[in-house]
Amino acid sequence: MLSKEQAAEIFKRIEKLTTAEEVEVLMGGGRSALTRFANNTIHQNVAEESHFISVRTAFKGRTARATTNKFDDESLRSVVAAAEALSKVQHPDDDLLPMASAAEAGPATALPPRYFAETVAVGPAERAAGVREMVEIAKREKLTAAGIFSNSESFEAIFNSRGIARHHTESSSVVSVTMLAKDSSGWQKANSADVRRLEPKALAEIATRKARESAGPKEITPGKLAVILEPAAVLDLIGFMFYDFGGMAILDQRSFLNERVGSKLFGENVTFWDDVTHPLQSGAGFDGEGMARERVELVKNGVVQQLVYARNTAAKVKSSAVAAKLGTIRATGHGFPLPNEIGEAPMNIVFAPPSSPQTTEQMIASTERGVLVTRLWYIREVDPYEKILTGMTRDGTFLIEKGKVKHGIRNFRFNQSLIEMLSKVEAMSMPVRASGEESFDMVVPAMKVGDFNFTEVTKF
Amino acid sequence: MKEFAHLALDTAAQRGATYADARVVDERQRALSTKNGKVGHVSSAESLGIGVRVIADGAWGFAATDSMKREDIERTATRAVAIARASATVKSHELRLAEEKPAVADWTCEYKTDPFTTSVEQNIELLLKVDEEMRGVAGVTLAETSMNFRRYEQWFYSSEGADIHQLRYITGTGYSAYSFQGSEIQKRSYPNSHGGQNQNKGYELIEELKLVENARRVGEEAVALHKAAQCPEGRANIILDSSQLSLQIHESIGHPIELDRVLGMEANFAGTSFLTLDKLRNLRYGSELVNVVADARPEHGPGLGTFAYDDEGVQAQCTPIINQGEFCGYLSSRETAAAIGEKRSGGTVRADGWSRLPMIRMTNVSILPGEKPLTFKQLIASTDEGIFMDTNKSWSIDDKRYNFQFGCEIAWEIKNGKLGRMLKNPSYSGITTEFWNSMDAICSREEWVLWGTPNCGKGQPQQVMGTGHGASPARFRDVKIGTAYKGN
Repeated sequence: MLSKEQAAEIFKRIEKLTTAEEVEVLMGGGRSALTRFANNTIHQNVAEESHFISVRTAFKGRTARATTNKFDDESLRSVVAAAEALSKVQHPDDDLLPMASAAEAGPATALPPRYFAETVAVGPAERAAGVREMVEIAKREKLTAAGIFSNSESFEAIFNSRGIARHHTESSSVVSVTMLAKDSSGWQKANSADVRRLEPKALAEIATRKARESAGPKEITPGKLAVILEPAAVLDLIGFMFYDFGGMAILDQRSFLNERVGSKLFGENVTFWDDVTHPLQSGAGFDGEGMARERVELVKNGVVQQLVYARNTAAKVKSSAVAAKLGTIRATGHGFPLPNEIGEAPMNIVFAPPSSPQTTEQMIASTERGVLVTRLWYIREVDPYEKILTGMTRDGTFLIEKGKVKHGIRNFRFNQSLIEMLSKVEAMSMPVRASGEESFDMVVPAMKVGDFNFTEVTKF
Repeated sequence: MKEFAHLALDTAAQRGATYADARVVDERQRALSTKNGKVGHVSSAESLGIGVRVIADGAWGFAATDSMKREDIERTATRAVAIARASATVKSHELRLAEEKPAVADWTCEYKTDPFTTSVEQNIELLLKVDEEMRGVAGVTLAETSMNFRRYEQWFYSSEGADIHQLRYITGTGYSAYSFQGSEIQKRSYPNSHGGQNQNKGYELIEELKLVENARRVGEEAVALHKAAQCPEGRANIILDSSQLSLQIHESIGHPIELDRVLGMEANFAGTSFLTLDKLRNLRYGSELVNVVADARPEHGPGLGTFAYDDEGVQAQCTPIINQGEFCGYLSSRETAAAIGEKRSGGTVRADGWSRLPMIRMTNVSILPGEKPLTFKQLIASTDEGIFMDTNKSWSIDDKRYNFQFGCEIAWEIKNGKLGRMLKNPSYSGITTEFWNSMDAICSREEWVLWGTPNCGKGQPQQVMGTGHGASPARFRDVKIGTAYKGN
């Protein structure tokens, strides 16, 4: 882990080495460890220390990046020379802006605490103790447990020759557990910057209950059914749309929001924004060029309000034919490190609390016939404009009848348009920090959705 | 590098490890892309580090560092032993490894032109020419190209005496044309989607692929798809091109035969497998025409799963997986081979760089071409009615690898032995064994291509690995089609 002062000293060394008109340096890395268990045994247990230094040079509209994980003088000289050589052979790009100045980047975004010494202090013995708690529950219930317990500390920093100097540290911890029975399973996952907020035993108990209650799964006919999606399932689905909420995606005409910004696309009850400062969010308060991340309201009462923009994208979109259709266009601090083709994306999604939040139990109680989904798996995009996604349910899928969970059912394949899904949200819980496997973490609710399109059933 | 690795091995032994191996990896990459007539990105990267894997108290530990200082390597090896001891506090059985005679070897993959000796200007010029061809077609709204080179050098040493140096060059390239019209985004890619073609080769791969020659057709097909009829829903005979069949193999054969999945070791993330141990040599996986091998040997071809030794120091092998339709083999490691009573590992363990734990990964899991001469044209000519689907667009399969659904970029009807009208948004779905049992024709060697899948994800923390899959176009009877758009 490099402190801000250490990172600044490295940047000074690089500034002296370069002949470029402008130079930007990204640094990052840290320590991470992950204890993995299966068959009630720790079978993989790893730790890693790694760092990188990435140099971008610019010469009159020409820019390129070179990266190394070595910080000695010779390696720094070499990585600077590589970035310069790659920059110089390119054709000038008239659209490339000068690097951001400190004034343009804005003041540092105030963030809640995201680095906890207690998380960093967790070692292999403590992770093993947490795993043992979960395995003991599995043994008690005659189940088989599999999962992870991980912790890490990391930093990211950005400096450039126009005065930007940003540095961010954070910690992270994750517990995930799958309980396996003869013909059923249950799953839970949680993460937090503060390891003290994780409750491995409680997660294991919920996974156990799901494995028990879904035993002997019955096959039911697929079709359009009411569905209750737990927060992890919601997150993994909706994560597929956020790369379309950037200005570059509109310019490239690869976004499902082409011709749809400003229109009512989702239900009245759907409002979400991007907010890195939210207490349940994670990440640095600056983007890949060092710009301060702003809070951006993306969708309000179903209407697409605004997109996010990197600096270069904002400038390009403003002078494009689509500018008039997009509302507010300004750099919002959501750009990826340059050079890149994607531009930007909102990565700190927060759903608005519903006016009448319901617990999952209340949603079940109000359902005549439907499906309760714990988790989804292998989600892929079928149609980029109607945003049809396919995927499978997994690790705890239940039939609901007359307001009660009846029994486990064999897992379904779905082919569901996200646009339609978010137009048919009948109820939501209070948003929570959720963690899945197919998308980045978000603050999202559980959702009850009408007419969810299950198309096939598998054999378990 | 030997000095660094032996320092780690000696330290681990002093701390009580009963087994240790150390991998030093030195990696270089160049990545280029273009978008709509401009350079998208140009970048280079290098990474050097060491990963130390140990057994202590009968359990695994692994630690890695990017520092090659003596004190940091000693600290990392010490840490690996401490981690193993913690692992041992939650274990249900003693760890055993299948025996392996330690190898001493030096191997470099075959290549003609070191891609890093080609100029960046030359690389960009070629990509921009491809880009220009695609955008020369009215209606193409986005053109993207990419080219990637990787030099991967590894030194492997073990406490048993293994001393193995390997060097591979990996080259990849591909491009896509997109067309947005009305309420539809269509896309065509060449030579494959999701990163194009990737092999253990030098720059000669780029020269072999006829990139410029195919660019206009790709653009034209992307635009033409808007006017094509929607792929119907129902059942049909389908013919898959070799790139789509390679992904079908990857998902519905390659993953379920991973013995770590079968034994439950991936249950929390990647999932398990329907291929439980009782099915070995006791399951009709496919029709008699289905012959599949997992072949890491260089003689199989320059696949992304080609090497001389795996990351446990086990020599590359060819393992029969499906023989005339009968399921007959798994992908194994020293640990999992011992667990099921096999005498030797299948040699399929690899790690994503120096920082990650080696684990079972697909090598080159390939379907063998048909023995009877059959060209693609002859295959079409022998099909009265059906649909030919080309180039993957979407892919999904359940966590035991039974139920799958694939979408392709484009399809054509087949009527009376001839390709007919174009179809858009084609998809097919099914159950793995039912699907492979429906295969009634596969083209012969001249149509066989060893495709590279550069981005297979597995493990926690997740690792990305390149795998190889050889395939010829093949025909499947009475398959469910069009489900992807059902109800939408």
